[in-house]
Amino acid sequence: MGFLIYLIKKIIITLFLLLGITFITFSLTRALPGDPALALVGQRASPQVIAAIRKQMGADRPFIVQYLDYVRMLSRGEMGRSYSTRKEVLGEIKVKFPNTFKLALAAMLLAAPLGAGLGFWGAIKRGTRTDLFLSSISIAGISVPVFFSGLLLMLLISLGLKLVPPSGTGGLRFLLLPAITLALPSAATLARVTRTMVLDIMDMPFVKTARAKGIGEWRVNAVHILRNALIPIVTVMGLDFGSYLNGAVLTETIFGWDGIGRYAVDGIFRRDYPVVLGTILVGTAVFIIVNMIVDIAYHVLDPRVRVFDQK
Amino acid sequence: MKIGNIPLKGRAAAIVIIIIMALSVFAPLVYPYSPVSVHLNSLREPPSFSSGHLLGTDQEGRDILARLLAGGKVSISVSFLAAFFAMTLGLAVGLTAGYLGGKVDAALMAVVDLILAFPSLLLAIGVSVVLPPGTLTVMLAIASVGWASFARLVRGHVLSIREAQFVDAARAIGASGPRIIWAHILPQCVPLALTLMAVKLGGYIITEASLSFLGLGAQPPAATWGAMISQGLDYIYSAPWIAVLPGLAIALTAFCFNLLGEALADSGYDLKAGKF
Repeated sequence: MGFLIYLIKKIIITLFLLLGITFITFSLTRALPGDPALALVGQRASPQVIAAIRKQMGADRPFIVQYLDYVRMLSRGEMGRSYSTRKEVLGEIKVKFPNTFKLALAAMLLAAPLGAGLGFWGAIKRGTRTDLFLSSISIAGISVPVFFSGLLLMLLISLGLKLVPPSGTGGLRFLLLPAITLALPSAATLARVTRTMVLDIMDMPFVKTARAKGIGEWRVNAVHILRNALIPIVTVMGLDFGSYLNGAVLTETIFGWDGIGRYAVDGIFRRDYPVVLGTILVGTAVFIIVNMIVDIAYHVLDPRVRVFDQK
Repeated sequence: MKIGNIPLKGRAAAIVIIIIMALSVFAPLVYPYSPVSVHLNSLREPPSFSSGHLLGTDQEGRDILARLLAGGKVSISVSFLAAFFAMTLGLAVGLTAGYLGGKVDAALMAVVDLILAFPSLLLAIGVSVVLPPGTLTVMLAIASVGWASFARLVRGHVLSIREAQFVDAARAIGASGPRIIWAHILPQCVPLALTLMAVKLGGYIITEASLSFLGLGAQPPAATWGAMISQGLDYIYSAPWIAVLPGLAIALTAFCFNLLGEALADSGYDLKAGKF
């Protein structure tokens, strides 16, 4: 019962949040300098043509009318057509979103074991040179911008060793470099969190008890410490999904990966409002849904946490 | 917080940051090359001591070291100012929400949640496109996303000290609400906010670089690290130093700031309480 109420509450809050996001994005796009009609037909078109196109776009009506129209269209399950390509935005997103999802998933599959492993290793070697070295690496991981690490990978693996193609969308060969690029900062974040969590848990009484009972070091590490550290690690991975969306914007642009991040950036630069609104809406919705799943996973993994009974 | 409490790595990072800042301010005064003057007879020269261009030249024959120094000044000052704006706004919102509580708190925190839920780079790109491109725009773009983390952290702290005895005492002797916030609660929050600022600066350096990489930062011919990388991309095979050197500059600077931020957070304040 608690779960159902929690779910309903979350869905209602999410709807309001998305409505708020739409409103902010909508105001931002209308505040953009530069006229989409002008961008579409070019400087040489006659004023009459431009006015006609503005009318056709509905850009001559008051702001609030335009906004309500947009929300009405959303409620019909549509997102309008791109100004520049005349393609359905929702249709395009349906094609591009799986690409971004594939990229994010591949990055996550790389980042999770790498980050958790390095963090755990650092924690059990606390205070040693190994720990210092691993912490430095993880700080380096969050300090290198993805457009630079991507560039270095491209230079080294693609142009230098000629192992994989430098850019494009497609199978595993194309996926490898952008996924590694996207995984690096996230593995670094994860390593830092894992290290802190494992250090916290190592000092807990039940770990001492386990040792006192004579359980081997490996078993203590794997069963008693790692299993308990998993809960916060899963949470951070979920929360980090937002940074995957952020990272995807740059990574997809560099590697020419045909995903939703590059679509959004192109839309912003072309003043293509329906594209901007649609991509941001979908991105935020995914982010919120992932967070919700994390909340639920949290509850399942740790019965002490009472997510559903909170006010 | 005493300087002695800060771990060695933090102090080392601070020294490197000071060196980078001092170089970017003072080195151009003695370095013979200008960051913007074009030399068509020395295009894409590799780094060397003999030519005088210590770190080589770019596709327009401009001296890369001079451009790195100029870019560093932009990058660091933009990040600092953005962090300062974000902190100030975050303090104001956090103090108001935490002290007043109730509906004001709920409304302000709803806005904060909204911003934290947004893919932040997209929002920053959105802001930079609305305003004319330039350093001020980048600053505002970073600050307009960044303040939310400060507001959330400060608000949480205010909630925890709002009922403390010294606040009760101030109230008992008849201090007004604004006076209590200004003189009693704010001083408790500033060190916390400054620590978060230190933690965030490395990220802001990266965001500034990302925005200028996308062409939204300071406009040509002004040098920024991000723009230098995107311009160097075309020559990445024939003259890799054009793009690689500014990348190293970004990474080194962000690394030092992140190291310093972590050291400060370790030695002083527990930031885990707030989600940011």
